[in-house]
Amino acid sequence: MTIDKSAPAAAAPATLAPAERAVQVLGGDLTEKALRQNLEGLPGVDAVGLEQRAAGLATRSIKTSSKAWALDRIIRLIDLTTLEGADTPGKVRSLVAKAVNPDPSDAATPRVAAVCVYGDKVPDAIEALGAAHGDPDDGLISVAAVATAFPSGRASLRVKLADTADAVAAGADEIDMVIDRGAFLAGRYGKVFDEIVAVKEACRRTDGSYASLKVILETGELNTYDNVRRASWLAILAGGDFIKTSTGKVQPAATLPVTLLMLEAVRDWHRLTGEKVGVKPAGGIRASKDAIRYLVTVAETVGEEWLQPHLFRFGASSLLNDVLLQRQKTITGHYSGPDYVTID
Amino acid sequence: MSHLTIPKTYKLYIGGAFPRSESGRSYEVVSGKGAFLANAAKASRKDARDAVVAARAAVSGWSGATAYNRGQVLYRVAELLDGRRAQFVDEISSAEGVSASAAGAQVDEAVDTWVWYAGWCDKFAQVAGAGNPVAGPYFNLSVPEPTGVVATVAPQGAKGGSLLGIVRTIAPALVAGNTVVAIADEARPLSAISLGEVLATSDVPGGVVNILTGSPAEIAPWLASHADVNALDLTGAGGLDWVELEVSGADTLKRIVRPEPGIPDRALGRILGFVETKTVWHTKALI
Repeated sequence: MTIDKSAPAAAAPATLAPAERAVQVLGGDLTEKALRQNLEGLPGVDAVGLEQRAAGLATRSIKTSSKAWALDRIIRLIDLTTLEGADTPGKVRSLVAKAVNPDPSDAATPRVAAVCVYGDKVPDAIEALGAAHGDPDDGLISVAAVATAFPSGRASLRVKLADTADAVAAGADEIDMVIDRGAFLAGRYGKVFDEIVAVKEACRRTDGSYASLKVILETGELNTYDNVRRASWLAILAGGDFIKTSTGKVQPAATLPVTLLMLEAVRDWHRLTGEKVGVKPAGGIRASKDAIRYLVTVAETVGEEWLQPHLFRFGASSLLNDVLLQRQKTITGHYSGPDYVTID
Repeated sequence: MSHLTIPKTYKLYIGGAFPRSESGRSYEVVSGKGAFLANAAKASRKDARDAVVAARAAVSGWSGATAYNRGQVLYRVAELLDGRRAQFVDEISSAEGVSASAAGAQVDEAVDTWVWYAGWCDKFAQVAGAGNPVAGPYFNLSVPEPTGVVATVAPQGAKGGSLLGIVRTIAPALVAGNTVVAIADEARPLSAISLGEVLATSDVPGGVVNILTGSPAEIAPWLASHADVNALDLTGAGGLDWVELEVSGADTLKRIVRPEPGIPDRALGRILGFVETKTVWHTKALI
């Protein structure tokens, strides 16, 4: 799509339904053809430039007080995740206990933003959270559920919608959906668009409010940066509140260049419409050092304003332990070890 | 025909690789007579940190190998060390300013040390373990198990010990299945790094032994307070503020071997300094 930089920012009111907003941005009928023309008309990604930019951002040296700030911020941005077939209620309870109190040896440790579980584990998570369940902005913890036949997304729309509605009814605050990569790669952008719109509608609660929708692009299966850019725009056009890199079940998962590319789409969308869409890299981020590079990339691409739980998340499980070890080192001045954090 | 002299670059040995110090620092190593020999990498606290990470990762593989297999691997170190005898004789005689025959005797002693400790691998458990008599129908067995990651300070400046000193501190820790982060003799580190090359080409898995060259006074405190190091061998730390090291080691419940002048003897006690005793009860058969 051609981004008209002269278009007045915030022209579209935030309450506009996705289809209407897409029509406004695309400037014409919302047909499969119009979508394809716009998405395929996006400028191609300069892969070498993108990777170099990401590598350049990864060289920043973050030390002492900035590092201490970054470590605490990373914890506040984590979606602590367990997505295994073997998840038991006990596993979810221990995940929640860790989310509420990440480092029992230091009560000043911030809490994570959310716990992310399969839809059928939402009641367990909510029960375990108790009074700690709520908005991460208030220091509480949200419950995110993966839905729409995660991780493959290979099910009929009816099943996907039922999956989503089920999780929302159980009390999930956030829904992580996967796009139909098969349809996307076959060029059926309209189908992907309609699915996202329908799932967003299924996120509506009985009181009329909506669960936040994260759209997983599964960039590891999209093959090219151009496809990632198209999928990002498609997901944003269709009304996703967040765009998320990966399920964590496919390699490669989140990489810095891909996240940078998605952040650029979010930045351009913000310039175009004034709306803020979140980004969630997920999978493969295990070291604090890597996570800090993501923070730098976010701050340099969309601005520091994005470094808050409603606009940026890390989907991770083992990252938290490494951040806690680094945090202990920063505070005590001695290197810590894995014996001083929990085994998950 | 004359050929170009190729001076050797002496680097660290961490995780089976030979990196330079992350700090980019190096220091001059001089011979016993004060002549320039080489530049050695001057390890920083972050190199020590990386070495501990490598050593920790290697614990499960090395301690999980059978005792018999560990013995074979340590024997193989002796084989390869012996095969590079000429190089070590050369390095020792220039570093210590001793005759070739004295240097040769030191290499022989180092080779013998590897063989001696190799033999203990599948035998020390019989000596240190026990079947305990208990008043009940149970077997009660005590078995020694490796402590984990051992940080060692090799003897510093001990006479006739630039190679033998580090061998006598590394080898006993390996017997039970521990992995080692060793700080070499600061003034005479070259044969320690060559020993790293021997270890890298023998069957010792990467990360089981890590060798740092540089200042023990700078690096040892970081290892002593490191929560992921399980034992501290201060054999060569007599010249440092070793009481302070012992105190910070105690903060994280490390096993500690105190400083000893000169080169330590080979001894079963050095193996047993780095083991934990596990005692299990098991019912006797009822018939």
